[in-house]
Parts: sequence; C-alpha cells; structure tokens
Amino acid sequence: MHGRPRKAPKPEDEAASAAKVQKLRALQTQFFSYHHNKIYTKEAVELSAKLLEINPESYTAWNYRKLAVEHYLNQPESNPDSVKSILDDELRVVENSLRQNFKSYGAWHHRKWVVSKGHSSIDHELRLLDKFQEADCRNFNAWNYRRFVAESMNRSEQDELKYTADMIYTNFSNYSAWHNRSVLLSTLLEKKAEGFLSKENVLLEEYEFIHQAIFTDPDDQSGWFYHLWLLDQTVKADSPLLVSSWPAHGSDVLLPADRSHNVSVFCPFTTLHSDSGLFPIVLYFNQSVEGVSSSTVTVESGFNKSEDLVWKPLSVSNSQAAQVWVAHLKFPTSELHSSVEVYGAQSEESIPFVSFDQLSMRNDPEPIASNWRAEALAKEIICFRELLSLMDCKIGKLTLARLLMAYDAMLFSCANKLVYSEEVLELYSDLMKLDPSHYQYYKDEHSLVLLQQVTSGRESLLKHCFHYTDSVSSTICSPICLRLNNLSLSRMYSIHTDVQRLEAMQLLSCLSLRNNKLRSFTALDPLRKLKSLRVLDISYNQIGEHSIDTTRYLCSSPLSHSVGSEWNKDETVIGDVALINYWEAFFIFKELNLNQLDIVGNAIADENFKSFLVKVLPTLKRLDGELLG
Amino acid sequence: MNDLPPYPPIDPTTFDLIVIGTGLPESIVAAAASTASKSVLHLDPNPFYGSHFSSLSLTDFPSFLTSHSLSTSPSPQSNGHHNFTVLDFATRPLYSSLDISSFSPHLLHQHSRKFNIDVAGPRVFFCADKSIDLMLKSGASQYLEFKSIDATFLGDDKGNLWSVPDSRAAIFKDKSLGLMEKNQLMRFFKLVQGHLAGEQGIKISEEDLQSPFVDFLNKMGLPPKIKSFILYAIAMVDYDQEDVGVCRDLLKTKDGIDQLALYNASVGRFPNALGALIYPIYGQGELSQAFCRRAAVKGCLYVLRMPVTALLVDKDNGCYKGVRLASGQDLFSKKLILDPSFTVPLPLGSSPPHPLQEKFPLCSLRDDRGKVARGICITKNSLKPEISNFLVVYPPRSLFPEQVTSIRLLQIGSNLAVCPADMFVLYISALCNDDDQGKKLLHSVMNTLLTVPVSINSESNAAVQSETAESSFTAQSDAGEGKPTLLWSALYIQELTLGQVEFICSAPMPDGKLNYNDLVDVTVKFFEEIYRNEEFFPEASSEFSEDDGGIALET
Repeated sequence: MHGRPRKAPKPEDEAASAAKVQKLRALQTQFFSYHHNKIYTKEAVELSAKLLEINPESYTAWNYRKLAVEHYLNQPESNPDSVKSILDDELRVVENSLRQNFKSYGAWHHRKWVVSKGHSSIDHELRLLDKFQEADCRNFNAWNYRRFVAESMNRSEQDELKYTADMIYTNFSNYSAWHNRSVLLSTLLEKKAEGFLSKENVLLEEYEFIHQAIFTDPDDQSGWFYHLWLLDQTVKADSPLLVSSWPAHGSDVLLPADRSHNVSVFCPFTTLHSDSGLFPIVLYFNQSVEGVSSSTVTVESGFNKSEDLVWKPLSVSNSQAAQVWVAHLKFPTSELHSSVEVYGAQSEESIPFVSFDQLSMRNDPEPIASNWRAEALAKEIICFRELLSLMDCKIGKLTLARLLMAYDAMLFSCANKLVYSEEVLELYSDLMKLDPSHYQYYKDEHSLVLLQQVTSGRESLLKHCFHYTDSVSSTICSPICLRLNNLSLSRMYSIHTDVQRLEAMQLLSCLSLRNNKLRSFTALDPLRKLKSLRVLDISYNQIGEHSIDTTRYLCSSPLSHSVGSEWNKDETVIGDVALINYWEAFFIFKELNLNQLDIVGNAIADENFKSFLVKVLPTLKRLDGELLG
Repeated sequence: MNDLPPYPPIDPTTFDLIVIGTGLPESIVAAAASTASKSVLHLDPNPFYGSHFSSLSLTDFPSFLTSHSLSTSPSPQSNGHHNFTVLDFATRPLYSSLDISSFSPHLLHQHSRKFNIDVAGPRVFFCADKSIDLMLKSGASQYLEFKSIDATFLGDDKGNLWSVPDSRAAIFKDKSLGLMEKNQLMRFFKLVQGHLAGEQGIKISEEDLQSPFVDFLNKMGLPPKIKSFILYAIAMVDYDQEDVGVCRDLLKTKDGIDQLALYNASVGRFPNALGALIYPIYGQGELSQAFCRRAAVKGCLYVLRMPVTALLVDKDNGCYKGVRLASGQDLFSKKLILDPSFTVPLPLGSSPPHPLQEKFPLCSLRDDRGKVARGICITKNSLKPEISNFLVVYPPRSLFPEQVTSIRLLQIGSNLAVCPADMFVLYISALCNDDDQGKKLLHSVMNTLLTVPVSINSESNAAVQSETAESSFTAQSDAGEGKPTLLWSALYIQELTLGQVEFICSAPMPDGKLNYNDLVDVTVKFFEEIYRNEEFFPEASSEFSEDDGGIALET
C-alpha cells in the first residue's frame, strides 16, 4: 500500500520475528529434503503450502508445487473431477499467499500457470481481482494479471477500457490504470474497432480526459506520463517520412578532382572529394522502411540518368529494413560540376513493409491528413501556456518544451525553420535552475535543441564553422571545423536512435568521441557502416571500466541480437589473444579501415588490447599517436 | 383522580437524576450519567423514543407536531403537600404554521407504518463529526447502522443540480468547472491541507485567519462559483456571507478552515463511505434510541408513555425536589432535565415576590435565535435519476433575491428504510426570522424541484381530491419527464430554543444545522454543569475494544 510510514521495530517485534525466522528455517529444511527426494505425498505438499503461506517469495516452493501438480495429473487414475480439485487446491494456496503479500511475483505467476491449464472458473478470477483492486487499486501485479485474465476470457478491450476509466475516476494517480489504457487504446486503434476508426477523434478525447487530471493536480506525475504517450501518438506519423537526403533535393555538388583546389572554402557542404569515383547518395527516413530501390526512387544527376542505382539499407542489425539507405553513384573524374535531383517515385507496386508511394517528401506540402496533428499540438501548446501562467510547474515547462519541439518538427517543411527553438532553449535553461537534481537531463535536451537549431539550415551552420589553415590532418580531412561550445551530449549513446543516426554520415572520415563517458564498444556499433572513416579518437572514455555495461540493458543494442549469426568459430583466436575477451571490439573494428586510432585513457587499453587492435586493424598506421612499424 | 390511566408505580422513588423527554441531548446526558454510576430515571410522555429528534410514522408525525403547536396552561393547582409547593407544568408551542397536504392518501395510508419521518430533518453526519466520536466512545454506535450519502449538489433556480467538487477525485470528474477553475480549486484545497498539516512554507497568516472567510476566498482569486461551493456546500454556512447587512453569522477564515478540515477528514474516514456524509438506517430517531439503550445497559430506568404533571419545589428554600407523574406518584431526585416543551408558570400575583422568581428564568425562556423552517416532501421519483440519497444546497440568493439564508434539501430513499420501496423522502430546512419568510423559502425549493398538484388541499378535504390527483400523478410519471410529483408534504416552523442550565435544566431543541456537532457541544457542557466532578464518558467506560467499536456502514 502507499503512503504508510515505516516504523522502527519494537524489541518485542524483533523477538517475534526471530521466532518466525526459526520456524521458517525448520520448514525450509524439511521442504528442501522433500523437494530433492521428489517426495510428493500429501504431507509433503501441505508442508510446501505452509511454507508459501509464510513466505510467498519462495520460488523453489512454487516450482516444487508445479512438479507435484504435474505428478498428480499424470497419475493413471486421474479424472476430470480429481484434476479440478487438484487445481482448485493450488488456487487456494495462491490466494492464501497473496493475502500475505499481494505483490508476490511468484504467487501471481503460479496462479497464471494454474489458470492456463484451463480447468478453473475465469469469472472467479475476475471477482478475485476486484477484491485485490479494492485493497490497492495501484497494485501493478494485479493489473498485469488482469490483462492475462481479460485475454483468456476474451473480454473486449472496450469493456476493459471502461474499467480503466472507472478506476481513474476513483483515483487518477494510478500509473497502472493509465498504462493499461494506453495498451488498450493502441490495440483498439490498430484493430480499427468500432468507435476507434479515427485516431484523431480518439486522441483528442484522450487529451481532454488527461487535461482534467493534469489541471486538477499538476503535481501528480501519472497524468503527465500518459500525456507524453499521447504526444508520442500524435507525432508518430502512420506512413514513413523522408526526413532528409544527401545531397539535398535540387542541390549542386562540386566534385573537384584536385584537392589542392580549395573550392570547399566557398561551398563547404556541397563539395566532395572522392578518390574512388563513387558518390554516395543517402536517404534518411523517420522510421525503418523496406523496399527502397531504383524503381521506387528516381535520381537524376547531371551526368548520369540511366544507371540503375543499387540501394542498400544501412541497418546495424542486417535486416532489410532501415532508416538510412545509401546508393553509390559513379561519376567520371573529369567532370567537375553536377546537379542531383532526388524524387520519391509514384510507384504502383506494392512493397512488403511499407508502400513507397505513401512516402511524403519533406519538400512536398504537408498532406491534409496530418493537419489535425499540428492542430492538436497547437491546442496543447495554448493549454499548457495557460497552466504555466497560473503556476510555476516544472513538468509543465518540460511538456511545453516538448510540445514546441514537436510542433516545430511537424511544421518544419512548411516554415523551413525552427520557430520556437529560442523559447525552448529558454525553457530548458529555466528548468536547469528550477530543478537542479535533473540538471544533466535538461542540459542534454538543451544541447540537442541547440544542435538542431544550428544544423537546421545552411546559414545557422555557417555561423559556427571555422577554417583551419594549418590543418595537421589535411591529408584526409576537409579543413573545415564546426565548433559548438558548451554542449552536453552525454545521453547520446544511451539512446539507440541517436546512435543509429551516425551511420547516415557516409562521408565521415574523422571522428573524435574523446571524453564522452562511453562505457563499451557496443555504443560504437553504427560506426561499422562508415566505410570512409579513417581517423577515430575514443580516448578518455570509460570503456572497460565497468564489467557490465548498464546502458545496454536500457536499450539493447541491435548488435546484441546479431552477434550469433556472425560469429565464426574459426576466428575465436587471433594470434595469441583470446577473442572472447574482446569480442565487442572485434565486431566493431574488423569492418573498419582505420588509419589512425586513439584509445588511451580507457581502462581496457592495456598492451594486450593494443596488440589485439594491431592485428584486427591491418590498415592502422597510428595508434595513440605512435607510428606503427 | 380515579380515571387516571393505569400507570405502573415506579420503584424506587428517589434518583440522582430524572430526565423527562428522550430527545437526543437528554438521552446523551442520561447515558453519560448512568455511565458515571448515577441512578437515573428517564421518562417520556410519548410512546416512542426521540421526542423532537424522533423519526415517526406518517400517522404519528402530524399528531406529534400538532400536540406541540399549542400552548397549554396548567390545570388548577394540584394537590398540595405539606413539605413542598406543587407547580403544574405548562407546555409552550414549539412548532407553528403547520401545513400538511396529502395528494395521494390511499397510497400513503397503505404504507403509513413503513415511514420513518425525521422530525428534525434534514440531518446527516460528517464521518469525522464529534457526534460519531461520541457514539464510538459511548458504545452507542453498536446499535446503529449507517449508509453513505451518495453526493452533494449545488442547486440553482432552473432546477439544475451541480455536483460539488469536494475532493480531488470529484474535481477531476467534474463537468461544470473549467480547467483553470479545477486548478484553482485544487490548489486552494492543497493550501488548506498544507496549512492544517503544518507543512513547511504553507501557512495561512494569522491576519488572514481572523479576517472573514469570504474575504480570504476573494484574496485567493477564486471565482464566484467556487466560492459558493466552498462556503455553502462544504462549510455549510447559513447566512449570505457577501451581504454584511443581512449576514448574522459572518464566518471567519479560521472557522472556515476548520469546516473544510472536518469535511476533508470525513472523506475517506471510513473505507465504505463514498463521501463525507452518512445517514443512519431507519432514520435519525435511531440515534436517541441508541443512547437510551446505552443508558439502560448502564442501569438507567426507562418509562415511556408517562406524562409528568408538576414540579415539586421545597416550600422553604425554593429548591427543586422532584416531579409528580400523571399517575399521581411523586418522585424525587437531586437533578432534573426537562424536555424543551415544558415551562413552569409561576403562581400569579404572589406577593411578596415568590422566592422562586429569581430561580426560575425558565418562564421567560425565549431566545432570539430566530426559527427554522422545515419541510418534508414525499415523492415517487428521485430528483436525480440513478441516485437516491443526496444533499442539495441552495446558497443565499440562488432562488430569489430576498433569499438571505441557505436552503438545504436532503433526499433519502427506501434503501435507508425510511419509506416504502420506490418512494423518496425530501427534507428541507432554512433559517428564517418569521413564519412567512420561512414558508416562502420552503415553497421556493418545492416549486423549483417538484410538481405540486394544482389542488392544494389540507388533510381535511384531500380525500375528495385524491383520485384525480393520483391519476394525474400516474400520467406525469408515465410521460417520464419533468419534475417528480409531490405525494405528501408537511411544512412547519420550529422554534430555536437554547438549552438552559439552572438548578433545573431544560434541554435544547434541534438547531438549524445539518449535523449534531453544536448540539453535542451544548450537551457536553450541560453534563459538565450538572456533574462538575464527573468525566463525560471516560475512555475506560467502553467495554468494547477499538476493533469492535467501529461504525457499521452498509454499502
């Protein structure tokens, strides 16, 4: 239950609990001896029930009971009546345990297992749940079990939705109820159930509903979480959107054959040196798409109209769907100037994942269907400005910032600039002062907005560009440097969408990720797709410092799923270095053609590791600044 | 003297305390005195418990009110006695302008006994009321069962009933408030809660606490609608707080906050209760009876149907000695508590001034607290479909411009066992200065909410009209629209008399409030005046442990 203060135990309580422990120990010893000897007599089974009544967390005891049930069910003389009585007994034991601790995972799980056998009254389960909900309407174990029960008895999502509303009306600070609502609505919308055909209407109604909670008590967080989900549903377009391409639609690209010609000074973003005679074209979508091919995308360039381009998904998981697609255009080295046009084709062909003709180009006017999304956001913005005019509210400010960013992003193609970014920056600056305990988060968000603002257009970008006249690495790098001060991008690598964005930078040749608190090589996964990368600086990070990379569990990297298929048993040892110790590094580096790598300042970078790197990276010329022989 | 009814003789004849009348204050004192091991005799001339706090059948109700609408002068001096003066009791009128109309006598006659009509309605309990604590402490709660009042509404002159957003959940659910208003109201509640809990940084200044509550609400920038909710439907204020001219009782912020605290503590005190208010099954009369049963358990002697005729006073010093019963028996006690309807007229023209004159301010007992207009209506349809038990408040000026006091209406349905199935009893009350004003207040609510059959008839000729009235009623309810039709009504004006604590005591009449808190306060003082050295229901007196002593709440 909630809001109960913890009391210091009194001496007599302690004595009582010591006695309880002793009793429990004795029970447990006896129980384990039955369990190990596979004794399923009535007496033994009853003992396990006794144990579970005192300690519902005893997973072994639940397991033992499962074995015992199976044992009895498999008896030759078992009949429907005896089966039912065995399972009913189990339900009783679970009920008693839940009375002891109604948040016992083991007990709820056992109940699921018993009910799944299909001999129990599911209506009874619903009644039982009502009792638990009455005791604590925020018991998420009960909510979890409720979803299972509702599904097994084919209760309609509409009925369950009504139930969440009832619970919310009783007490709206109920994360579980709001969450269940979001799950049910997603299903109903996907099914296009009656009354849920129009996502627009459903979402607008939900906005109205959640406003009641948020305005009544802005200090309660559960409502804000649901609002965030609604915002996400509003922003998420049904069809994929081409966010950007390189080169941009209708742009001119300079392809100087001679590096000494410093034309790039004048057009820094559209000048390309290529030694291979290949010219990458990159398409970047807002979600993974399939089926990008020469028949769905038309590329017109000054010197090549007919060539069938081969489009490849840049997917870290090697699937056929990717957010980033690349094709290479061959060009004659003599040609200096070329203009490129990229169109989304109006293909009639059906493409398995998503039809390409649904694709809306950024340059196209907004399709009418998404107008309601912008309108909904505009309404929300007005609403929360009003709330903030009444009171100072941190989460209100954060929400407003998110709304403004979403609105800007949605209307970017029309306005072609970020209208609200200044206001958003101010909101985040405000929040950093108001809420110092979440300073880092706001700082990161602030930085991302700043970065977006800078990169939103050529003008803003040029303001931050500098030229190095005496560039040390002029042999490989373009002598232009983008300098942004006071950015905090610490979260960039904990969120996989940000990681994935890097693979779109097909022309990236020199990357410094110095001092970024990277915890493992897994974070570098997208770099595998950067074929032009020659110089990499990952010095002074935290690779190897933590035996377990906790960030990986927050958002599992696609790498962790793909390893199995790529793993070549023959490659387990390179020289005398056991690959098993560095498998993450191996998978990143074996696909790169680095000339220069800096790794100093990481816990992992010992002599062993360095000699491993030299073997994995045959192209490497400098390691931590030292020329390799 | 021979045709006296065969009253049983009472034995013993001497008591510590004699209490006449089983109204709530008298019953509480009887229980408290018995608990303090006093010998107590509790008499009531009526055949039922509760007196002015009772719940009566449809036939008993009019006769009780009628009997207390007249003043009776004492019959000529009864038999004297050599030791004391015998002063005959007179009764004074406590109810006036009694007006009972029946539009469906046949229907109601059939079910007359199924009604338990509260004489002092509308009454409810706040779950955190002192009276609830008193019931728990005294053990009276074990004889009572309660149900939740489902909702509170604010009414307007169009007949609309607006839910009172009295809790976080209710504000969330409310359909009449805008988002900003919800935010303002909830923040105000939080301020009050924070203030009461002594939260850091949240403190209402002493200056604000001493200022009128309405000024504080204005200072908080609350819109009129929300102010109405807080003042009249939560703090249950009677007089118009924004018209200093007519407001007799300007609520201070401090007291307003206390009222909100009571309300807040009431919501959720009992897990089964839906809101702040509860009502006893079988009506309010159960309450007096519960205390009487408690007293009986503690040794109090009960005799109902026993009129008293005279007061016995010491001839020499004018001190109270005892009472003479209708049976002619004389009983003696150290203390006496009288039902408010009794007065003791002094022998006229006694000169030199009777020594009693100084000791009997009773005769001049009248107070200037005005009156309370009460109305009871019976209908076959709920004012609000789907809920049967609820409270409606009409703030001052909400029905007509001259309405200076709040009018409260309580609808109770058959699930509280106060009326036959599918019927509803409506209790209305408002403070007033005189009978005409009171009647106007009652009529204004009835006209707003009910269809009153055209032929208003008093009981006498209602029978003639009944058939047409009943058929018109059926027609209307079949149409399924419009307001519920009135089947029966009783309107009356009740005197507000304070209790009197002199060398004999007169118990107070029901006050104009919605709950019993003020009456309990008065009663406690009463007891303490009489028994200065006794504790009022000492903790240990209850032989029931905490677990058994809960409030029985049916859902």
